[in-house]
Amino acid sequence: MGIWRKIKPPFWDRRDSELELLNYRRLWRTTLLSAIAVTLAPLVFLAGINFYQFEEQYQLQRNEITSHVQRLLAVNKVQLANFLEERRAALTYVNLANTFDQLSDRRHLATVFRRLRQSFGGFVDLGLIDGRGIQHAYIGPYNLEGRDYKNQDWYKEVQIRGIYISDVFLGHRNFPHFVIAVRHERADDQPYVLRATIDTGKLNSLLSATDLHPIGDIFLINQQGVLQTPSTLFGGVLTSFKSMAQLAGQMGKVAEVKQGNSPPFLVATAKVEGSPFLLVVVKQPAALLQKWDLLRINIIVMVGVSVAAILVVIWWGSATLVNRIYEADLRRVAMLHEVEYTNKLASIGRLAAGVAHEINNPVAIINEKVGLMGDILGMNPDFPRRDKFMDQIRVIKDSVRRVSEITHRLLGFARHLPVKSEQIHLEPLIKEVLGFLGREADYRNISINVDIPPDVPTLEADKGQIQQVLLNILNNALAAVEDGDRIDISVASRDNEQVAITVTDNGIGIASQDLQNIFEPFFSTKGEKGTGLGLSITYGIVQKLGGHIDVTSQPGQGTSFIVYLPVKQRPRRLEGASGDDAVRMEV
Amino acid sequence: MKVLLIDDEKELVTTLSERMEIRDIDSEWATSGEQGLKMIQDQAYDWVVLDLKMPGLSGYEAIQAIKAARPEARIILLTGHSAPEDLDRALDMGADLYLVKPVDIDDLIALMQGGGKQELS
Repeated sequence: MGIWRKIKPPFWDRRDSELELLNYRRLWRTTLLSAIAVTLAPLVFLAGINFYQFEEQYQLQRNEITSHVQRLLAVNKVQLANFLEERRAALTYVNLANTFDQLSDRRHLATVFRRLRQSFGGFVDLGLIDGRGIQHAYIGPYNLEGRDYKNQDWYKEVQIRGIYISDVFLGHRNFPHFVIAVRHERADDQPYVLRATIDTGKLNSLLSATDLHPIGDIFLINQQGVLQTPSTLFGGVLTSFKSMAQLAGQMGKVAEVKQGNSPPFLVATAKVEGSPFLLVVVKQPAALLQKWDLLRINIIVMVGVSVAAILVVIWWGSATLVNRIYEADLRRVAMLHEVEYTNKLASIGRLAAGVAHEINNPVAIINEKVGLMGDILGMNPDFPRRDKFMDQIRVIKDSVRRVSEITHRLLGFARHLPVKSEQIHLEPLIKEVLGFLGREADYRNISINVDIPPDVPTLEADKGQIQQVLLNILNNALAAVEDGDRIDISVASRDNEQVAITVTDNGIGIASQDLQNIFEPFFSTKGEKGTGLGLSITYGIVQKLGGHIDVTSQPGQGTSFIVYLPVKQRPRRLEGASGDDAVRMEV
Repeated sequence: MKVLLIDDEKELVTTLSERMEIRDIDSEWATSGEQGLKMIQDQAYDWVVLDLKMPGLSGYEAIQAIKAARPEARIILLTGHSAPEDLDRALDMGADLYLVKPVDIDDLIALMQGGGKQELS
């Protein structure tokens, strides 16, 4: 609500105003919404198309990465299977090409071992285990002859399946390697087993040849998820591959795997045929898609900032536009009403002048007749009851003077309706205005105190207008005070350039929320008694004269109007000036 | 000093004239512009007191005719009231000053005797 109060357009609360020619709220809303629609629709449309195209490209790129991962998986799986198959076939060949007795010969076995190493590489040792499970002959770094393998799992498995490939283990040399064992059937005796240990270095070099630019990894794990070859992303050999659980049921497919706070990996897994190994290919698409992500963020930020800027400009623009229309309407209506009011005053003035004219003629006759009666009496000192008659004549003359004063005062107002600049003495002018209101003040026992220092300069202005200003302000003061209250009028000069006329009353005062509206047309606190035009017109006149009005008010304590008027008007030539030696007088 | 009073209100001009006679001012009267103009053409007057609004010859025409016939005659407009622009026009045409009815006869005489320059109370 607080923010709304700050950004609310000024015309918002004028909805029920008498001045409302248009529904400004609706006009503003329509302007705002149509401007938003016209400006934002193409922007949103373009951004949408852009985003859609971008998403397509993004998906294409991602699909490409996924295909790449699958390709790597397939190729490497075949290579690894071939690698293992080569070693198995070699051992099978040795079995078939040599009899048990030949292989039992240590020198022959050493020759075979050497040839295997030379031909295939990776062989660490070679052993012959007889049908009872005892290591019959052995070529290698350890003395394992005579060792009994009968009860070991791998021996049992090779007896059943004919071949056995072990998981990777560190062994006595603390170096990762694995075992391939091949059974050899004999018709005349129990089958024997040829067992070779193979260095994983060969596997590693096979895998590391794969290009995984920029961020990726390829490695082997066993069925339990233990790394069989080292991984650059997930740790060294024989450590646990923690994301194993996330790959359940994803064999052969490309899955997305989250690890810690790093961006998700694309992981593909496949079983290497004829081995306990699972081949794992890992790729981090974020590195490749980073540019696309940046583009996406740029689009979102750019569109967001543009939309925000456009909304601010549209809000401001439409509010300013509608406010201008509102202000123009306000001025136009106020002007129309002022013209209407002025015309009304002029009509009243003309009526008053006509009435005064019609009264003045018979009053002049009465005046002369009674004057003649006085003259005749003056010439006849012996006229019976002369004094009595003279008294009557004096009373009639006084009454004629009173009628004359009233008509003159009426004429005084009427005469000044056309704007005419003249030098005005404020004291007689204020007294003249009070002549109209003094009677009401007398009846209501309101004391009106006037304080005008003798050094106050004369004003160059239109007398009628100044009278109207004072009349309006004093009328309001009289309406604001209770019977028996007081009104003070004081005049002060400011540097001989301005005159400040202050009218202070101790009446009901004006509420602070009304104070800012009192000069607006049709604003009235007097209910049906007020037109709401008095102060509005007063304000207009004072502004036209180059002055201004200050108001201070305390509800319950009173109000003070200060009218500042310039002593000299800006130069303005009046047409139809009278002759040089003409004299105008009123009697 | 010889004064001519012209006003369509006969009671006013006759009474004013009578009161002037009492004050030893030589005065005559007319109740229309035409009548007054004829009198001016016949003889000279120092002052002509003239109503602006009269039937027949209007105040303006009367002023012009008076000034044409007797440029030396001075004219006082005595009016119930007229719009300021009418008075301005009359003054421009040659009227010397204007007074609003009713007037005090002694003030009027003093004004004429002072040559039209005297302030009235």
